[in-house]
Amino acid sequence: MGSSLIDGLFVFMLAGFIGFEVIKRISPLLHTPLMSITNALDAIAVVGAIVLVGRHESRLAFILGFLAVIAATSNIVGGFLITDRMLKMFKASRPTKS
Amino acid sequence: MNPEFAGGQHLIEIIYLTASALFILALKWMNAPPTARRGILAGEIGMVLAIAGTLLQHGIIDYKWIFVALVIGSGIGVPLGMVQMTAVPQRTALSHAFGAFCVTLVGTAEFYLRTPHVPAFMMSVLCCEVILGGLTVTGSLMAAGKLQEVLPQRPITYSGQNFVNLSLLAVAIGIAIYLVHDPGATHLYPAMVGIALIFGVMLVIPIGGADMPTVISLLNSYAGLSAAAMGFVLNNKLLIIAGALDGSSGFILSVIMSKAMNRSFTNVLFGAFGQVAASSAAVEEAKAVKSASPDEAAGILAAANKVVIVPGYGMAVAQAQHKVRELFDALTKRGVDVRFAIHPVAGRMPGHMNVLLAEADVPYDRLMEMDDINGDFPQVDVSLIIGANDVTNPAAKTDTASPIYGMPVLDVEKSHTVMVIKRSMNPGFAGIDNPLYYMDRTLMLFGDAKVFVSNIVKELSGSHG
Repeated sequence: MGSSLIDGLFVFMLAGFIGFEVIKRISPLLHTPLMSITNALDAIAVVGAIVLVGRHESRLAFILGFLAVIAATSNIVGGFLITDRMLKMFKASRPTKS
Repeated sequence: MNPEFAGGQHLIEIIYLTASALFILALKWMNAPPTARRGILAGEIGMVLAIAGTLLQHGIIDYKWIFVALVIGSGIGVPLGMVQMTAVPQRTALSHAFGAFCVTLVGTAEFYLRTPHVPAFMMSVLCCEVILGGLTVTGSLMAAGKLQEVLPQRPITYSGQNFVNLSLLAVAIGIAIYLVHDPGATHLYPAMVGIALIFGVMLVIPIGGADMPTVISLLNSYAGLSAAAMGFVLNNKLLIIAGALDGSSGFILSVIMSKAMNRSFTNVLFGAFGQVAASSAAVEEAKAVKSASPDEAAGILAAANKVVIVPGYGMAVAQAQHKVRELFDALTKRGVDVRFAIHPVAGRMPGHMNVLLAEADVPYDRLMEMDDINGDFPQVDVSLIIGANDVTNPAAKTDTASPIYGMPVLDVEKSHTVMVIKRSMNPGFAGIDNPLYYMDRTLMLFGDAKVFVSNIVKELSGSHG
Protein backbone atom coordinates (compact mmCIF):
# COMPACT_ATOMS: atom_id res chain seq x y z
CA MET A 1 0.00 0.00 0.00
CA GLY A 2 2.59 2.51 1.19
CA SER A 3 4.95 1.89 -1.71
CA SER A 4 2.23 2.06 -4.37
CA LEU A 5 1.20 5.43 -2.97
CA ILE A 6 4.76 6.71 -3.23
CA ASP A 7 5.05 5.25 -6.74
CA GLY A 8 1.86 7.03 -7.65
CA LEU A 9 3.18 10.35 -6.35
CA PHE A 10 6.38 9.93 -8.37
CA VAL A 11 4.34 9.21 -11.50
CA PHE A 12 2.10 12.19 -10.83
CA MET A 13 5.05 14.52 -10.30
CA LEU A 14 6.85 13.37 -13.45
CA ALA A 15 3.72 13.45 -15.60
CA GLY A 16 2.97 16.93 -14.34
CA PHE A 17 6.40 18.17 -15.41
CA ILE A 18 6.17 16.44 -18.78
CA GLY A 19 2.76 17.94 -19.29
CA PHE A 20 4.10 21.35 -18.42
CA GLU A 21 7.04 21.11 -20.84
CA VAL A 22 5.01 19.63 -23.69
CA ILE A 23 2.05 21.94 -23.40
CA LYS A 24 4.15 25.09 -23.03
CA ARG A 25 5.35 24.50 -26.59
CA ILE A 26 1.90 24.28 -28.12
CA SER A 27 1.11 27.20 -30.39
CA PRO A 28 -1.71 29.46 -29.15
CA LEU A 29 -3.19 28.84 -32.59
CA LEU A 30 -4.18 25.39 -31.36
CA HIS A 31 -5.31 26.12 -27.82
CA THR A 32 -8.93 25.29 -28.53
CA PRO A 33 -8.18 21.88 -30.08
CA LEU A 34 -5.70 21.30 -27.26
CA MET A 35 -8.47 21.71 -24.76
CA SER A 36 -10.79 19.40 -26.63
CA ILE A 37 -8.18 16.68 -27.00
CA THR A 38 -7.14 16.83 -23.33
CA ASN A 39 -10.82 16.49 -22.57
CA ALA A 40 -10.99 13.31 -24.61
CA LEU A 41 -7.81 11.93 -23.03
CA ASP A 42 -9.07 12.78 -19.57
CA ALA A 43 -12.08 10.58 -20.25
CA ILE A 44 -9.68 7.67 -19.73
CA ALA A 45 -11.49 7.67 -16.37
CA VAL A 46 -13.79 5.36 -18.30
CA VAL A 47 -11.51 2.45 -17.31
CA GLY A 48 -12.51 2.84 -13.67
CA ALA A 49 -16.15 2.96 -14.64
CA ILE A 50 -15.89 -0.10 -16.89
CA VAL A 51 -14.53 -2.15 -13.99
CA LEU A 52 -17.45 -1.06 -11.81
CA VAL A 53 -19.98 -2.16 -14.41
CA GLY A 54 -18.15 -5.36 -15.27
CA ARG A 55 -17.65 -6.55 -11.69
CA HIS A 56 -21.19 -5.76 -10.66
CA GLU A 57 -20.26 -5.82 -6.96
CA SER A 58 -23.33 -3.93 -5.82
CA ARG A 59 -26.37 -2.50 -7.52
CA LEU A 60 -25.38 1.07 -6.63
CA ALA A 61 -21.85 0.64 -7.97
CA PHE A 62 -23.25 -0.90 -11.14
CA ILE A 63 -25.69 1.95 -11.80
CA LEU A 64 -23.17 4.69 -11.04
CA GLY A 65 -20.56 2.92 -13.16
CA PHE A 66 -23.01 2.54 -16.02
CA LEU A 67 -23.78 6.28 -16.05
CA ALA A 68 -20.08 7.05 -15.72
CA VAL A 69 -19.22 4.91 -18.74
CA ILE A 70 -21.84 6.78 -20.78
CA ALA A 71 -20.53 10.20 -19.70
CA ALA A 72 -16.91 9.31 -20.35
CA THR A 73 -17.56 7.62 -23.69
CA SER A 74 -19.46 10.63 -24.95
CA ASN A 75 -16.41 12.73 -24.08
CA ILE A 76 -14.05 10.34 -25.82
CA VAL A 77 -16.07 10.15 -29.03
CA GLY A 78 -17.14 13.79 -29.05
CA GLY A 79 -13.70 15.06 -28.02
CA PHE A 80 -11.72 13.24 -30.67
CA LEU A 81 -14.33 14.00 -33.32
CA ILE A 82 -14.41 17.75 -32.76
CA THR A 83 -10.64 17.99 -32.40
CA ASP A 84 -10.26 16.28 -35.74
CA ARG A 85 -12.83 18.56 -37.35
CA MET A 86 -11.03 21.62 -36.03
CA LEU A 87 -7.59 20.50 -37.11
CA LYS A 88 -8.78 19.70 -40.61
CA MET A 89 -9.66 23.38 -40.96
CA PHE A 90 -6.18 24.67 -40.28
CA LYS A 91 -4.56 25.17 -43.67
CA ALA A 92 -1.43 27.07 -44.64
CA SER A 93 -1.58 29.82 -47.31
CA ARG A 94 -0.11 27.85 -50.14
CA PRO A 95 2.13 24.83 -50.37
CA THR A 96 5.41 26.06 -48.93
CA LYS A 97 7.86 27.10 -51.63
CA SER A 98 9.81 24.12 -52.87
CA MET B 1 -2.92 -15.40 -6.86
CA ASN B 2 -2.38 -17.93 -9.63
CA PRO B 3 0.49 -17.33 -12.07
CA GLU B 4 -1.80 -17.05 -15.06
CA PHE B 5 -3.68 -14.18 -13.45
CA ALA B 6 -0.47 -12.40 -12.51
CA GLY B 7 0.67 -12.68 -16.12
CA GLY B 8 -2.61 -11.19 -17.31
CA GLN B 9 -2.19 -8.34 -14.87
CA HIS B 10 1.26 -7.63 -16.26
CA LEU B 11 -0.10 -7.58 -19.78
CA ILE B 12 -2.69 -5.00 -18.74
CA GLU B 13 -0.02 -2.89 -17.07
CA ILE B 14 2.04 -2.96 -20.26
CA ILE B 15 -0.97 -1.95 -22.31
CA TYR B 16 -1.53 0.97 -19.93
CA LEU B 17 2.13 1.91 -20.20
CA THR B 18 1.86 2.01 -23.99
CA ALA B 19 -1.32 4.07 -23.77
CA SER B 20 0.42 6.55 -21.45
CA ALA B 21 3.25 7.00 -23.95
CA LEU B 22 0.74 7.50 -26.76
CA PHE B 23 -1.10 10.15 -24.73
CA ILE B 24 2.11 12.09 -24.18
CA LEU B 25 2.95 11.83 -27.88
CA ALA B 26 -0.56 13.00 -28.74
CA LEU B 27 0.03 16.22 -26.84
CA LYS B 28 3.54 16.60 -28.19
CA TRP B 29 2.28 16.38 -31.77
CA MET B 30 -0.40 18.94 -31.01
CA ASN B 31 2.26 21.65 -30.91
CA ALA B 32 1.84 22.73 -34.54
CA PRO B 33 -0.79 22.26 -37.26
CA PRO B 34 1.24 19.98 -39.59
CA THR B 35 1.62 17.21 -36.99
CA ALA B 36 -1.49 17.83 -34.94
CA ARG B 37 -3.74 15.30 -36.64
CA ARG B 38 -1.14 12.61 -36.01
CA GLY B 39 -1.58 13.53 -32.36
CA ILE B 40 -5.27 12.69 -32.54
CA LEU B 41 -4.47 9.31 -34.03
CA ALA B 42 -1.99 8.59 -31.23
CA GLY B 43 -4.60 9.58 -28.65
CA GLU B 44 -7.24 7.39 -30.25
CA ILE B 45 -5.00 4.34 -30.42
CA GLY B 46 -4.00 4.86 -26.78
CA MET B 47 -7.64 5.12 -25.78
CA VAL B 48 -8.71 1.99 -27.66
CA LEU B 49 -5.80 0.04 -26.20
CA ALA B 50 -6.62 1.19 -22.69
CA ILE B 51 -10.28 0.24 -23.01
CA ALA B 52 -9.44 -3.13 -24.55
CA GLY B 53 -6.88 -3.79 -21.81
CA THR B 54 -9.44 -2.94 -19.15
CA LEU B 55 -11.92 -5.43 -20.58
CA LEU B 56 -9.30 -8.15 -19.98
CA GLN B 57 -9.15 -7.28 -16.34
CA HIS B 58 -9.73 -10.00 -13.78
CA GLY B 59 -13.21 -10.19 -12.31
CA ILE B 60 -15.13 -8.60 -15.15
CA ILE B 61 -18.12 -10.82 -15.71
CA ASP B 62 -20.69 -8.54 -17.20
CA TYR B 63 -19.71 -7.46 -20.70
CA LYS B 64 -23.18 -6.84 -22.04
CA TRP B 65 -23.90 -3.72 -20.00
CA ILE B 66 -20.43 -2.34 -20.64
CA PHE B 67 -21.10 -2.44 -24.34
CA VAL B 68 -24.58 -0.97 -23.94
CA ALA B 69 -23.07 1.96 -22.05
CA LEU B 70 -20.27 2.38 -24.58
CA VAL B 71 -22.81 2.48 -27.41
CA ILE B 72 -25.11 4.97 -25.65
CA GLY B 73 -22.11 7.15 -24.80
CA SER B 74 -20.92 7.13 -28.40
CA GLY B 75 -24.43 8.01 -29.50
CA ILE B 76 -24.32 11.11 -27.28
CA GLY B 77 -20.73 11.87 -28.23
CA VAL B 78 -21.28 12.12 -31.98
CA PRO B 79 -23.67 15.10 -31.91
CA LEU B 80 -21.42 16.73 -29.27
CA GLY B 81 -18.55 16.37 -31.70
CA MET B 82 -20.51 17.90 -34.57
CA VAL B 83 -21.52 21.24 -33.00
CA GLN B 84 -20.92 24.53 -34.81
CA MET B 85 -17.52 26.11 -34.26
CA THR B 86 -19.11 29.17 -32.65
CA ALA B 87 -20.60 26.83 -30.02
CA VAL B 88 -17.28 25.22 -29.13
CA PRO B 89 -16.83 27.13 -25.82
CA GLN B 90 -20.10 25.86 -24.37
CA ARG B 91 -19.46 22.39 -25.76
CA THR B 92 -16.09 22.38 -24.04
CA ALA B 93 -17.62 23.50 -20.76
CA LEU B 94 -20.22 20.75 -21.09
CA SER B 95 -17.60 18.11 -21.67
CA HIS B 96 -15.66 19.27 -18.60
CA ALA B 97 -18.92 18.63 -16.75
CA PHE B 98 -19.29 15.14 -18.27
CA GLY B 99 -15.71 14.20 -17.46
CA ALA B 100 -16.05 15.39 -13.88
CA PHE B 101 -19.45 13.66 -13.63
CA CYS B 102 -17.82 10.35 -14.53
CA VAL B 103 -15.08 10.86 -11.95
CA THR B 104 -17.54 11.83 -9.22
CA LEU B 105 -19.76 8.83 -9.89
CA VAL B 106 -16.85 6.41 -9.82
CA GLY B 107 -15.55 7.99 -6.61
CA THR B 108 -18.97 7.65 -5.01
CA ALA B 109 -19.29 4.01 -6.04
CA GLU B 110 -15.82 3.27 -4.67
CA PHE B 111 -16.70 4.98 -1.40
CA TYR B 112 -19.75 2.82 -0.81
CA LEU B 113 -17.93 -0.35 -1.92
CA ARG B 114 -15.00 0.22 0.42
CA THR B 115 -16.45 1.89 3.48
CA PRO B 116 -15.80 1.45 6.38
CA HIS B 117 -12.39 -0.12 5.73
CA VAL B 118 -10.64 2.73 3.98
CA PRO B 119 -7.04 3.67 4.80
CA ALA B 120 -6.53 7.34 5.59
CA PHE B 121 -4.60 8.20 2.45
CA MET B 122 -7.14 6.44 0.24
CA MET B 123 -9.97 8.38 1.84
CA SER B 124 -8.19 11.70 1.47
CA VAL B 125 -7.63 11.26 -2.26
CA LEU B 126 -11.15 9.93 -2.65
CA CYS B 127 -12.50 13.07 -0.99
CA CYS B 128 -10.26 15.23 -3.22
CA GLU B 129 -11.62 13.36 -6.20
CA VAL B 130 -15.29 13.88 -5.43
CA ILE B 131 -14.97 17.46 -4.12
CA LEU B 132 -13.00 18.57 -7.20
CA GLY B 133 -15.22 16.46 -9.44
CA GLY B 134 -18.44 17.71 -7.89
CA LEU B 135 -17.58 21.40 -8.09
CA THR B 136 -16.38 20.95 -11.67
CA VAL B 137 -19.68 19.32 -12.67
CA THR B 138 -21.88 22.19 -11.53
CA GLY B 139 -19.31 24.92 -12.23
CA SER B 140 -18.95 23.73 -15.81
CA LEU B 141 -22.70 23.42 -16.26
CA MET B 142 -23.05 27.01 -15.06
CA ALA B 143 -20.32 28.13 -17.45
CA ALA B 144 -21.96 26.26 -20.32
CA GLY B 145 -25.30 27.83 -19.44
CA LYS B 146 -23.81 31.32 -19.44
CA LEU B 147 -22.04 30.71 -22.74
CA GLN B 148 -25.18 29.30 -24.32
CA GLU B 149 -27.01 32.33 -22.92
CA VAL B 150 -29.65 30.28 -21.15
CA LEU B 151 -28.31 31.84 -17.94
CA PRO B 152 -27.61 35.56 -17.44
CA GLN B 153 -24.08 36.38 -18.58
CA ARG B 154 -23.66 39.36 -16.32
CA PRO B 155 -21.78 38.57 -13.13
CA ILE B 156 -24.17 38.09 -10.21
CA THR B 157 -22.73 39.39 -6.99
CA TYR B 158 -23.97 40.04 -3.50
CA SER B 159 -22.23 41.24 -0.38
CA GLY B 160 -20.48 38.55 1.61
CA GLN B 161 -20.23 36.36 -1.47
CA ASN B 162 -16.62 35.41 -0.95
CA PHE B 163 -17.31 34.64 2.69
CA VAL B 164 -20.19 32.34 1.75
CA ASN B 165 -18.11 30.56 -0.90
CA LEU B 166 -15.11 30.05 1.30
CA SER B 167 -17.30 28.81 4.14
CA LEU B 168 -18.91 26.25 1.86
CA LEU B 169 -15.52 25.02 0.77
CA ALA B 170 -14.33 24.92 4.38
CA VAL B 171 -17.34 22.83 5.42
CA ALA B 172 -16.75 20.36 2.57
CA ILE B 173 -13.09 20.03 3.53
CA GLY B 174 -14.08 19.67 7.19
CA ILE B 175 -16.38 16.76 6.33
CA ALA B 176 -13.59 15.23 4.25
CA ILE B 177 -11.22 15.39 7.21
CA TYR B 178 -13.86 13.80 9.41
CA LEU B 179 -14.35 10.99 6.88
CA VAL B 180 -10.62 10.36 6.77
CA HIS B 181 -10.75 10.03 10.53
CA ASP B 182 -13.94 7.94 10.56
CA PRO B 183 -14.50 6.23 7.18
CA GLY B 184 -17.69 4.62 8.44
CA ALA B 185 -19.58 7.92 8.69
CA THR B 186 -21.52 7.22 5.51
CA HIS B 187 -24.30 9.66 6.36
CA LEU B 188 -21.85 12.55 5.96
CA TYR B 189 -20.72 11.55 2.49
CA PRO B 190 -23.81 12.85 0.59
CA ALA B 191 -23.51 16.14 2.45
CA MET B 192 -19.93 16.55 1.28
CA VAL B 193 -20.84 15.86 -2.34
CA GLY B 194 -23.87 18.13 -2.08
CA ILE B 195 -21.79 21.00 -0.75
CA ALA B 196 -19.20 20.51 -3.50
CA LEU B 197 -21.99 20.71 -6.07
CA ILE B 198 -23.39 23.90 -4.54
CA PHE B 199 -19.91 25.38 -4.30
CA GLY B 200 -19.43 24.84 -8.06
CA VAL B 201 -22.56 26.88 -8.78
CA MET B 202 -21.58 29.65 -6.38
CA LEU B 203 -18.08 29.77 -7.83
CA VAL B 204 -19.20 30.56 -11.37
CA ILE B 205 -22.20 32.80 -10.58
CA PRO B 206 -20.08 35.96 -10.10
CA ILE B 207 -18.04 35.40 -13.26
CA GLY B 208 -18.82 37.38 -16.41
CA GLY B 209 -18.49 36.44 -20.05
CA ALA B 210 -15.16 38.19 -20.58
CA ASP B 211 -13.57 36.01 -17.90
CA MET B 212 -14.82 32.77 -19.42
CA PRO B 213 -11.49 31.85 -21.09
CA THR B 214 -9.80 31.75 -17.68
CA VAL B 215 -12.65 29.94 -15.99
CA ILE B 216 -12.95 27.28 -18.68
CA SER B 217 -9.21 26.65 -18.43
CA LEU B 218 -9.40 26.44 -14.67
CA LEU B 219 -12.29 23.97 -14.80
CA ASN B 220 -10.25 21.97 -17.33
CA SER B 221 -7.49 21.81 -14.78
CA TYR B 222 -9.83 20.73 -11.96
CA ALA B 223 -11.32 17.99 -14.15
CA GLY B 224 -7.80 16.70 -14.80
CA LEU B 225 -6.78 16.82 -11.15
CA SER B 226 -9.92 14.98 -10.06
CA ALA B 227 -9.12 12.24 -12.61
CA ALA B 228 -5.57 12.04 -11.25
CA ALA B 229 -6.97 11.69 -7.71
CA MET B 230 -9.14 8.87 -9.01
CA GLY B 231 -5.97 7.26 -10.34
CA PHE B 232 -4.63 7.23 -6.78
CA VAL B 233 -7.84 5.70 -5.45
CA LEU B 234 -7.78 2.91 -8.05
CA ASN B 235 -3.99 2.65 -8.05
CA ASN B 236 -4.05 3.15 -11.81
CA LYS B 237 -0.98 4.95 -13.18
CA LEU B 238 -2.49 5.59 -16.60
CA LEU B 239 -5.22 7.63 -14.94
CA ILE B 240 -2.68 9.49 -12.82
CA ILE B 241 -0.71 10.37 -15.95
CA ALA B 242 -3.70 11.40 -18.06
CA GLY B 243 -5.06 13.44 -15.15
CA ALA B 244 -1.71 15.13 -14.55
CA LEU B 245 -1.40 15.99 -18.26
CA ASP B 246 -4.89 17.43 -18.37
CA GLY B 247 -4.39 19.22 -15.08
CA SER B 248 -1.17 20.87 -16.21
CA SER B 249 -2.68 21.77 -19.58
CA GLY B 250 -5.61 23.51 -17.94
CA PHE B 251 -3.28 25.17 -15.48
CA ILE B 252 -0.96 26.54 -18.17
CA LEU B 253 -3.90 27.84 -20.18
CA SER B 254 -5.34 29.57 -17.13
CA VAL B 255 -1.99 31.19 -16.42
CA ILE B 256 -1.75 32.40 -20.03
CA MET B 257 -5.30 33.74 -19.90
CA SER B 258 -4.82 35.51 -16.57
CA LYS B 259 -1.58 37.06 -17.77
CA ALA B 260 -3.30 38.25 -20.93
CA MET B 261 -5.77 40.09 -18.72
CA ASN B 262 -3.17 41.17 -16.17
CA ARG B 263 -5.10 39.50 -13.40
CA SER B 264 -4.48 36.79 -10.86
CA PHE B 265 -6.56 33.62 -10.43
CA THR B 266 -7.93 34.89 -7.18
CA ASN B 267 -8.95 38.09 -8.90
CA VAL B 268 -10.83 36.18 -11.60
CA LEU B 269 -12.53 33.92 -9.10
CA PHE B 270 -13.30 36.50 -6.48
CA GLY B 271 -13.22 39.72 -8.46
CA ALA B 272 -16.47 40.03 -10.43
CA PHE B 273 -14.97 42.20 -13.13
CA GLY B 274 -18.02 44.07 -14.46
CA GLN B 275 -18.80 45.68 -11.13
CA VAL B 276 -15.60 47.66 -10.89
CA ALA B 277 -15.78 48.69 -14.49
CA ALA B 278 -19.13 50.44 -14.39
CA SER B 279 -17.97 53.25 -12.15
CA SER B 280 -15.17 54.57 -14.33
CA ALA B 281 -17.09 54.28 -17.59
CA ALA B 282 -19.62 56.91 -16.69
CA VAL B 283 -18.83 60.29 -18.23
CA GLU B 284 -17.57 60.10 -21.78
CA GLU B 285 -20.87 60.85 -23.58
CA ALA B 286 -20.23 64.16 -25.26
CA LYS B 287 -17.05 63.35 -27.16
CA ALA B 288 -17.26 63.43 -30.91
CA VAL B 289 -16.49 60.45 -33.10
CA LYS B 290 -15.99 60.25 -36.84
CA SER B 291 -17.95 57.67 -38.73
CA ALA B 292 -17.70 56.33 -42.26
CA SER B 293 -19.88 54.46 -44.73
CA PRO B 294 -19.06 51.08 -46.32
CA ASP B 295 -17.87 52.66 -49.60
CA GLU B 296 -15.58 55.09 -47.79
CA ALA B 297 -14.18 52.21 -45.76
CA ALA B 298 -13.74 50.13 -48.91
CA GLY B 299 -11.86 52.97 -50.58
CA ILE B 300 -9.44 53.34 -47.67
CA LEU B 301 -8.87 49.59 -47.45
CA ALA B 302 -8.26 49.26 -51.19
CA ALA B 303 -5.68 52.04 -51.08
CA ALA B 304 -3.77 50.45 -48.20
CA ASN B 305 -0.66 48.33 -48.43
CA LYS B 306 -0.88 46.67 -45.06
CA VAL B 307 -4.10 45.86 -43.25
CA VAL B 308 -4.49 44.17 -39.90
CA ILE B 309 -7.86 42.78 -38.90
CA VAL B 310 -8.53 42.46 -35.18
CA PRO B 311 -11.39 40.03 -34.53
CA GLY B 312 -13.19 39.68 -31.21
CA TYR B 313 -16.13 37.89 -29.73
CA GLY B 314 -18.49 40.28 -31.54
CA MET B 315 -17.38 38.71 -34.81
CA ALA B 316 -18.45 35.30 -33.53
CA VAL B 317 -21.78 36.64 -32.25
CA ALA B 318 -22.54 38.22 -35.63
CA GLN B 319 -21.38 35.01 -37.39
CA ALA B 320 -19.28 37.32 -39.56
CA GLN B 321 -16.18 35.13 -39.99
CA HIS B 322 -17.09 33.93 -43.48
CA LYS B 323 -17.72 37.48 -44.69
CA VAL B 324 -14.43 38.48 -43.11
CA ARG B 325 -12.74 35.76 -45.16
CA GLU B 326 -14.34 37.23 -48.32
CA LEU B 327 -12.93 40.61 -47.35
CA PHE B 328 -9.54 38.98 -46.82
CA ASP B 329 -9.74 37.41 -50.29
CA ALA B 330 -10.90 40.61 -52.00
CA LEU B 331 -8.08 42.64 -50.47
CA THR B 332 -5.45 39.98 -51.02
CA LYS B 333 -6.45 39.83 -54.68
CA ARG B 334 -5.71 43.55 -54.92
CA GLY B 335 -2.25 42.98 -53.52
CA VAL B 336 -3.01 44.24 -50.01
CA ASP B 337 -1.09 42.43 -47.27
CA VAL B 338 -3.77 41.33 -44.80
CA ARG B 339 -3.05 39.77 -41.44
CA PHE B 340 -5.10 39.00 -38.36
CA ALA B 341 -4.04 40.05 -34.86
CA ILE B 342 -5.31 37.59 -32.27
CA HIS B 343 -5.32 38.63 -28.64
CA PRO B 344 -5.02 35.63 -26.28
CA VAL B 345 -8.35 36.35 -24.62
CA ALA B 346 -10.30 37.29 -27.75
CA GLY B 347 -13.41 35.14 -27.74
CA ARG B 348 -14.80 32.96 -25.04
CA MET B 349 -12.11 30.31 -24.72
CA PRO B 350 -8.38 30.03 -25.45
CA GLY B 351 -7.74 29.98 -29.20
CA HIS B 352 -11.42 30.50 -30.10
CA MET B 353 -10.77 33.12 -32.81
CA ASN B 354 -8.17 30.95 -34.54
CA VAL B 355 -10.64 28.11 -34.90
CA LEU B 356 -13.39 30.36 -36.24
CA LEU B 357 -11.09 31.92 -38.83
CA ALA B 358 -9.61 28.57 -39.78
CA GLU B 359 -13.15 27.31 -40.29
CA ALA B 360 -13.75 30.22 -42.67
CA ASP B 361 -10.63 29.10 -44.59
CA VAL B 362 -8.30 31.88 -43.54
CA PRO B 363 -4.80 30.40 -43.80
CA TYR B 364 -3.34 29.95 -40.32
CA ASP B 365 -0.03 31.62 -41.20
CA ARG B 366 -1.98 34.89 -41.49
CA LEU B 367 -3.11 34.64 -37.86
CA MET B 368 -0.60 36.50 -35.69
CA GLU B 369 -0.12 36.36 -31.95
CA MET B 370 -0.15 39.62 -30.07
CA ASP B 371 3.56 39.65 -29.26
CA ASP B 372 4.52 38.93 -32.87
CA ILE B 373 2.46 41.69 -34.42
CA ASN B 374 2.51 44.49 -31.86
CA GLY B 375 5.83 45.87 -33.11
CA ASP B 376 4.46 46.13 -36.66
CA PHE B 377 1.51 48.42 -36.01
CA PRO B 378 3.37 51.69 -36.82
CA GLN B 379 3.82 50.36 -40.39
CA VAL B 380 0.21 49.26 -40.70
CA ASP B 381 -2.01 51.43 -42.90
CA VAL B 382 -5.36 50.27 -41.61
CA SER B 383 -6.35 48.34 -38.50
CA LEU B 384 -9.87 47.02 -38.85
CA ILE B 385 -11.42 46.02 -35.54
CA ILE B 386 -14.38 43.69 -35.74
CA GLY B 387 -16.26 42.99 -32.56
CA ALA B 388 -13.30 43.50 -30.24
CA ASN B 389 -13.09 46.22 -27.62
CA ASP B 390 -11.06 45.87 -24.43
CA VAL B 391 -8.16 44.09 -26.16
CA THR B 392 -7.59 47.25 -28.25
CA ASN B 393 -8.09 49.77 -25.47
CA PRO B 394 -5.05 52.08 -25.15
CA ALA B 395 -6.27 53.14 -21.71
CA ALA B 396 -4.83 49.85 -20.49
CA LYS B 397 -1.41 51.35 -21.10
CA THR B 398 -1.92 54.93 -19.95
CA ASP B 399 -4.86 55.34 -17.60
CA THR B 400 -3.97 54.04 -14.14
CA ALA B 401 -7.60 54.51 -13.08
CA SER B 402 -8.86 52.15 -15.76
CA PRO B 403 -10.01 48.78 -14.48
CA ILE B 404 -8.02 47.10 -17.23
CA TYR B 405 -4.86 49.11 -16.57
CA GLY B 406 -1.81 46.89 -17.10
CA MET B 407 -3.56 44.38 -19.33
CA PRO B 408 -1.47 43.73 -22.46
CA VAL B 409 -3.36 45.09 -25.49
CA LEU B 410 -2.89 45.27 -29.24
CA ASP B 411 -1.21 48.55 -30.22
CA VAL B 412 -3.78 49.36 -32.92
CA GLU B 413 -3.71 53.08 -32.14
CA LYS B 414 -0.22 53.23 -33.68
CA SER B 415 -1.46 52.34 -37.16
CA HIS B 416 -2.19 55.12 -39.67
CA THR B 417 -5.92 54.59 -39.68
CA VAL B 418 -8.12 52.67 -37.28
CA MET B 419 -11.54 51.45 -38.30
CA VAL B 420 -13.92 49.98 -35.76
CA ILE B 421 -17.04 48.07 -36.70
CA LYS B 422 -19.45 48.41 -33.85
CA ARG B 423 -23.20 48.32 -33.38
CA SER B 424 -23.39 51.57 -31.42
CA MET B 425 -21.40 53.65 -28.98
CA ASN B 426 -22.49 51.51 -26.03
CA PRO B 427 -19.47 50.34 -24.09
CA GLY B 428 -18.46 46.73 -24.67
CA PHE B 429 -19.06 43.66 -22.62
CA ALA B 430 -17.05 44.70 -19.63
CA GLY B 431 -18.60 48.17 -19.75
CA ILE B 432 -15.31 50.01 -20.17
CA ASP B 433 -15.09 53.05 -22.44
CA ASN B 434 -12.43 52.99 -25.14
CA PRO B 435 -10.53 56.25 -25.89
CA LEU B 436 -9.50 54.70 -29.19
CA TYR B 437 -12.91 55.63 -30.61
CA TYR B 438 -12.34 59.36 -30.14
CA MET B 439 -8.98 59.58 -31.86
CA ASP B 440 -8.61 61.68 -35.00
CA ARG B 441 -7.40 58.77 -37.06
CA THR B 442 -10.27 56.52 -35.98
CA LEU B 443 -13.32 55.93 -38.14
CA MET B 444 -16.34 54.28 -36.58
CA LEU B 445 -18.25 51.95 -38.86
CA PHE B 446 -21.65 51.61 -37.26
CA GLY B 447 -23.68 48.52 -38.00
CA ASP B 448 -23.89 44.78 -37.75
CA ALA B 449 -20.48 43.25 -38.35
CA LYS B 450 -21.67 40.73 -40.90
CA VAL B 451 -23.75 43.23 -42.89
CA PHE B 452 -21.09 45.90 -42.79
CA VAL B 453 -18.29 43.63 -43.89
CA SER B 454 -20.36 42.22 -46.74
CA ASN B 455 -21.15 45.79 -47.87
CA ILE B 456 -17.43 46.57 -47.92
CA VAL B 457 -16.84 43.42 -49.95
CA LYS B 458 -19.57 44.46 -52.40
CA GLU B 459 -18.00 47.88 -52.83
CA LEU B 460 -14.59 46.34 -53.40
CA SER B 461 -15.79 43.90 -56.04
CA GLY B 462 -18.04 46.55 -57.65
CA SER B 463 -15.24 49.04 -58.16
CA HIS B 464 -12.86 46.33 -59.28
CA GLY B 465 -13.81 46.18 -62.98
